[in-house]
Amino acid sequence: MTWSIQELTLDQNFAPLPNSLRHGPTTSGRFGDYGGRFVAETLMPLILELEQAWEAARADPGFQAELDTYLKDYVGRPSPLWFARRLTAHFGGAKIYFKREELNHTGAHKVNSCMGQILLAQRMGKTRIIAETGAGQHGVATATVCALMGLPCVVYMGAVDVERQQPNVFRMKLLGAEVIAVSSGAGTLKDAMNEAMRDWVANVRDTYYLIGTVAGPHPYPAMVRDFQCVIGNEARAQLHQAEGRLPDAVVAAVGGGSNAMGIFHPFLDDPDVRLIGVEAAGKGLDTHEHAASIERGRPGVLHGNRTYLLQDGDGQIEEAHSISAGLDYPGIGPEHAWLNDIGRAEYVGITDDEALAAFHLCTRMEGIIPALECAHALAYIGKLAPTMDADKIILMNLSGRGDKDIATVAKHSGAAL
Amino acid sequence: MSRIAARFDALRAQNRGALIPFLEAFDPDRATSAAILRGMPAAGADLIEIGMPFTDPMADGPTIQAAGRRGLLAGATLAGTLEMVAEFRAHDPATPIILMGYLNPLLAHGIPRFCDDAAIAGVDGLIVVDLPSEEAALLAPDAARNGIDIIRLVAPTTSDARLRQVLAGCSGFVYYVSITGITGTRSASSEDLAAAIPRIRRATDLPIAIGFGVKTPAQAAAVARLADGAVVASSLIETLAADLVDGRAVPGTVEKFLGQIQALANAVRTARHTNSEAA
Repeated sequence: MTWSIQELTLDQNFAPLPNSLRHGPTTSGRFGDYGGRFVAETLMPLILELEQAWEAARADPGFQAELDTYLKDYVGRPSPLWFARRLTAHFGGAKIYFKREELNHTGAHKVNSCMGQILLAQRMGKTRIIAETGAGQHGVATATVCALMGLPCVVYMGAVDVERQQPNVFRMKLLGAEVIAVSSGAGTLKDAMNEAMRDWVANVRDTYYLIGTVAGPHPYPAMVRDFQCVIGNEARAQLHQAEGRLPDAVVAAVGGGSNAMGIFHPFLDDPDVRLIGVEAAGKGLDTHEHAASIERGRPGVLHGNRTYLLQDGDGQIEEAHSISAGLDYPGIGPEHAWLNDIGRAEYVGITDDEALAAFHLCTRMEGIIPALECAHALAYIGKLAPTMDADKIILMNLSGRGDKDIATVAKHSGAAL
Repeated sequence: MSRIAARFDALRAQNRGALIPFLEAFDPDRATSAAILRGMPAAGADLIEIGMPFTDPMADGPTIQAAGRRGLLAGATLAGTLEMVAEFRAHDPATPIILMGYLNPLLAHGIPRFCDDAAIAGVDGLIVVDLPSEEAALLAPDAARNGIDIIRLVAPTTSDARLRQVLAGCSGFVYYVSITGITGTRSASSEDLAAAIPRIRRATDLPIAIGFGVKTPAQAAAVARLADGAVVASSLIETLAADLVDGRAVPGTVEKFLGQIQALANAVRTARHTNSEAA
């Protein structure tokens, strides 16, 4: 059975309730005490210009129609909802459904926001695109939409990530992007973002900064979220069709938090739906090698927004660690920080080893090689599902495919490629 | 009257611009940076800008980034930086000290406590790069309570309409970021500066200093003719970095740094009395 995007999302586009949790952010970009616009004066006028352009675009039915066409015919939306029958039987509890974002063009959810932002960049008359990337999925998606639109693209990527995500680096180059390895700091996503912001401040007139996650200065957290909400809107409608009801829990991995926010947000006003974000616990939450900003961080300001950060007592940002390059970030989107504080979403940790085990399990039992990012979500489901009755439903965002990770997995399994 | 206002008044009476050199706290170690700081006024610094090291200095180019890393490796903390200022202040009651940095270490210290401690140490002004006027309320009351000036950045991208808002909470002086870019990269053309400064002048009575891309004595002199002060940072830090052996200071490191300040100071002091062309 096929649905059109319009059919799937139409009934979800109701106005939020007066007491909805979906109204944020405020005009100053706040979700509770989080978010904001903490950027240098040089960038401030650009952020305000972007906000205006985004407000105008989202109110323009023509913009949405154009985006929908690209999402359907180019990205391949809607992505299917898959009942993971064998994993459900294996864990022995709640029914597990995968939202198959890994089947999107470019192999992850990142393209949803890239498609929206590239159309916005064109509306704004920008002629050069820059992006940061961790696992390379956002870089590949950005390079892809730039190739599609014929725009030059520069992707900043930490030197360590360049090393561990070689296939994606080559993919970006094939697509015509210039990939700049960033060796400052630990050479991961945080440092790539610093360097992208430095590029932006030096190229303010022609350059659009295409941020990949629900972080950064306002309006990025809200804008990226809105573009990613297609995931949750579709899943909600698809699950309704399959089961006639809402899920009992929605589980997604969180680094910056875009795939989780995309699937959480359409369920925020359904109090009976548990929302669970899975942070990378790396080598353990009580070691110094993890990326669990909410569970082990404190609020602070980095990359334009106030949110939970891994930092020392003096406010210096600490390096994150995760086997998954996409989760290797010492912060988290500000709306997640707020959802945590008000208790609407829960955040838990999964270690490298647990994620690796789930990676193998998913590959063998469902014939789906998941990205190491979403293997974290699945590993938590392995703990959660057996505690729930068989008539309960867990919805997981299978946000990316794992082809990019096979070298990492081979290394950790002691296998030669 | 604040030290910053008093210093600019005195310089105006002499019809000359200010030289505002920069050093990063604890770069490459505490003793060396303290020695540089102590020697700066005699070398010709009219005001002094001290960088507070931060792991993620988003507005800085490679030179200042490296300085910050060296400072952090040498054990720089906010408290340690304030201690350095207090030591300096014990011997120099007049030279204004401006701390430049990023918001997060201030938040970690606690904004009210930081402003109290900074005032006690003898800090006169603050430049917080990632705190635009939209978010200024976070710092302004505690700084004002302690008589600390908030020095705002104005950029080439700041429109006339926005300029009013940016200047509304600014005191001490205005820091004109002369290029769209990070520190230590390009330099603004004298034509761009000649157009930019009168635009800001029309909007404020505060002194205007120009930074980002001011490297040579000739550039500093050109800036001192147009504006009230020249901030020189990356070119000084480049000199320091080039002098280090295995990341450590060697005999003469301090003198070389101060010697460069002297050359800059000579150029700035004579700028308005000579007709030399801008570099």
